[in-house]
Amino acid sequence: MTEKTIATVAAAEMPPADERPSRSLSQLAWIRFRRNKAAMLGCLMLALIVLFSYVGPVFLKHGYDEVFPSYVTIAPSLSPRPDPETLKEVAENAAKRARVTLSSFEVENGTYTAVIAGSKPIDPRAVRYFDRANEFENTQVKETAADQLSMTLTGHVDQEYFLFGTDNNGRDLLARVMLGGQISIAVGVAASLVSLGIGVLYGATSGYIGGRVDNVMMRFVEILYSLPFIFLVVVLVVFFGRSITLIFIVIGAVQWLEMARIVRGQTLSLKRREFVGAAEALGLTDWQIIRRHIIPNTIGPVIVFVTSVVPQVMLLESFLSFLGLGVQAPLASWGTLIAEGARNIQSAYWQLIFPSVFFVLTLFSLNFIGDGLRDALDPKDR
Amino acid sequence: MTEKMETVLDVKDLKVEFDTPDGTVQAVKGVSFSVSRGETLAIVGESGSGKSQTMMGIMGLLAANGRVSGSARYAGEELVNAPLRVLNGVRGSKITMIFQEPMTSLDPLYRIGRQISEPLIHHKGMSKGDARARVLELLKLVGIPEPERRIDSYPHELSGGQRQRVMIAMALANDPDLLIADEPTTALDVTIQAQILRLLADLQKKFGMAIILITHDLGVVKHVADRVVVMRRGEIVEQGPRDDIFERPQADYTKMLLAAEPSGHKPPPPPGSPVILEGRNVTVDFAIGGGFLAGGTRTFRAVDDVSIRLEQGQTIGIVGESGSGKSTLGRALLKLLPSAGYVRFGQTEISKFDRAAMRPYRREMQLVFQDPYGSLSPRQTVGEIITEGLFVHEPQLSKAERDARAVAALKEVGLDPATRNRYPHEFSGGQRQRIAIARSMILKPKVVVLDEPTSALDRSVQRQVIELLRDLQEKHGLSYVFISHDLSVIRAISDHVIVMKDGKIVEQGDTEMIFDAPRADYTKTLIAAAFTH
Repeated sequence: MTEKTIATVAAAEMPPADERPSRSLSQLAWIRFRRNKAAMLGCLMLALIVLFSYVGPVFLKHGYDEVFPSYVTIAPSLSPRPDPETLKEVAENAAKRARVTLSSFEVENGTYTAVIAGSKPIDPRAVRYFDRANEFENTQVKETAADQLSMTLTGHVDQEYFLFGTDNNGRDLLARVMLGGQISIAVGVAASLVSLGIGVLYGATSGYIGGRVDNVMMRFVEILYSLPFIFLVVVLVVFFGRSITLIFIVIGAVQWLEMARIVRGQTLSLKRREFVGAAEALGLTDWQIIRRHIIPNTIGPVIVFVTSVVPQVMLLESFLSFLGLGVQAPLASWGTLIAEGARNIQSAYWQLIFPSVFFVLTLFSLNFIGDGLRDALDPKDR
Repeated sequence: MTEKMETVLDVKDLKVEFDTPDGTVQAVKGVSFSVSRGETLAIVGESGSGKSQTMMGIMGLLAANGRVSGSARYAGEELVNAPLRVLNGVRGSKITMIFQEPMTSLDPLYRIGRQISEPLIHHKGMSKGDARARVLELLKLVGIPEPERRIDSYPHELSGGQRQRVMIAMALANDPDLLIADEPTTALDVTIQAQILRLLADLQKKFGMAIILITHDLGVVKHVADRVVVMRRGEIVEQGPRDDIFERPQADYTKMLLAAEPSGHKPPPPPGSPVILEGRNVTVDFAIGGGFLAGGTRTFRAVDDVSIRLEQGQTIGIVGESGSGKSTLGRALLKLLPSAGYVRFGQTEISKFDRAAMRPYRREMQLVFQDPYGSLSPRQTVGEIITEGLFVHEPQLSKAERDARAVAALKEVGLDPATRNRYPHEFSGGQRQRIAIARSMILKPKVVVLDEPTSALDRSVQRQVIELLRDLQEKHGLSYVFISHDLSVIRAISDHVIVMKDGKIVEQGDTEMIFDAPRADYTKTLIAAAFTH
């Protein structure tokens, strides 16, 4: 048979597959993923939370460590602080200190107008007493009565919005929650990547080489498993001091154990697949086979596992922070915020609610995404 | 056939569709047939013809994205899209199924007695004691040796043929009116295959049920069917009594199927060709058991003192049933397994080489696998797959040069080079096997070990692949070691045949000699089982 006839025979055998667009496995998985509403909702939610945490601070004028002594532990509200009622009280107090009386007080568009009266001529320096209060700024004498017994003062009212309320130190909870999000998400992602890197390499190597090497490597993993996690963390913190980077590494270094096991299990089954045998027959080295054949084919279960590692890591981080081994004030993570909120649950419920809501939403989103990915990457009906 | 010709299952205009991201795929496009009591109806077709999906659709066992329409009546009752209650009353009791892979159809965690008695207790409300007695009776009926002992075995303790017998016992437990057998013998060795088919025929004679046999194997059909339905691409091409189909086929497709048996012979290599690969006293031992608590290891001798001489341009066919050590021998010759004995390639002794020392020789000694689905990495494009060997053996090639080589290799195996950016899952089995062949051929090897390269393929595709292999051999002066359990394939491609059993060579000789005048009893049994039906 000539080459030409072979080609025609093969063409006859060719199914009409060519009319369809060519798709890789990951593209097919993406199509399945997109049809999963819960997972897509999770993606959207997660994107919004990330935006909120990382872009939010740009639009917020309060820093996360800015203290407002006048507004300690105030409840969340949509109206500005302080409200006119309390302002009047503040002004009265200021007037009292200046030994004058407040005869009228009005607030309009962020400026206030106060008329004060005294029994003796008023010293213009009385404005200082007003400025000394947190709420007033740039107080100026607008006009002075001819007898100097009364005076009209104007100045800015420093009105602040605390949509999420403030904490016990008078810091804006909104800014704190954003910061907490940044740190929690960063820790979650970075530590998961650390565990991913170590776990995949370790597991694939152990599983692929097998035999005695596998035995030794996996026993080592089991030994690490049996060490109490906290003990390990305390030792590492004592040796290397506290820092966020260290938290990334510590958590990643603990989480990779499970990843290594999963990847090893995958590798053991992949190793028996014929394409690995074919690669061996082509003369690829062990390392080339691991890199080109084993690791790319473990990616499905690994991605799914990562989506469950991220929340786990975030929980671990909050646990460490709770023990005082993690993020230190004035920095905060959702974990520390929740711990703090839990202590003040009776006096200031919002300190618990806001960080918790964000944390829970993030965990839910990640879980939905993980579920969606699992269904997309490992469909039962193919 | 029996005197009462009542219809058991009547299928009219049955359609099965699947929703995929690319729109609806019609797997079955309106088929009609019926089967009567005591009759065996064979549904024949190649993979993708919709023959299995037809039955799955009737039984309500389609995948989640499948839809079925039309009509299938069992004893006047409509089964298509029937409520689950109705289906469950019929499935497993009046209509039962046996599947291709008996290992995966049996739950590995239950003793077989329990698996068989479950439908009895469930459908018939038998007591446990009665059910056990009935199970024993069934196991005897399907010819399981020592049923009293086997009833408490787990599936892994049985051989493939015995597992299929257990499946049949399970299917018979409730005296079905219709037995649907979906490729019941495809996973079995030829000798076992013949036994199972005989068992089915005997049981049918005894109980008078109808059998629908779904298969791609015309040899099986010819042996057992009363009537034949030929399917292609979801449509019925032709149906009629067996003899009409085999002797007076009307449709071209049926004629093509009937003629698809691999044919032709390979011209022998010129006498005095140099020996390119030689193995002397090759022995392979596997350690089994030897876990932490299992005590000492035992060794299992997979290949026992086998010698083989492959000349340039020659094809040696190695035949044997599963477990005969034929694949192990092939791998041992390529030094992919640790083995004892002497192996030389050309003038070089390679039996003492380690992996690194073997590497330069790898490109000259290639291996092609059986399973075209498993042997291609699903995450690489076809282009990446076939050029992989070049990375190792010709790392100096530029990307463009590699691509050019890939195009040439794909053309050589009869595939469109434009498909090299596609992924393996988009190709049919035959095309995948061509890709696997291209992956080996791109390295211009001297020796290729082909491990059941055609066993997973349809007959018509098989024939094309064999022709392709023969052409490539002629063109490049290749030497093949061709491993197969399929005697007709071996006959069409080999110069020299080695028959193996339990790791030993039973008989060897020139192809014609082995097939025309076998000496060993085992060879005679094999040939009888393969060609009589």
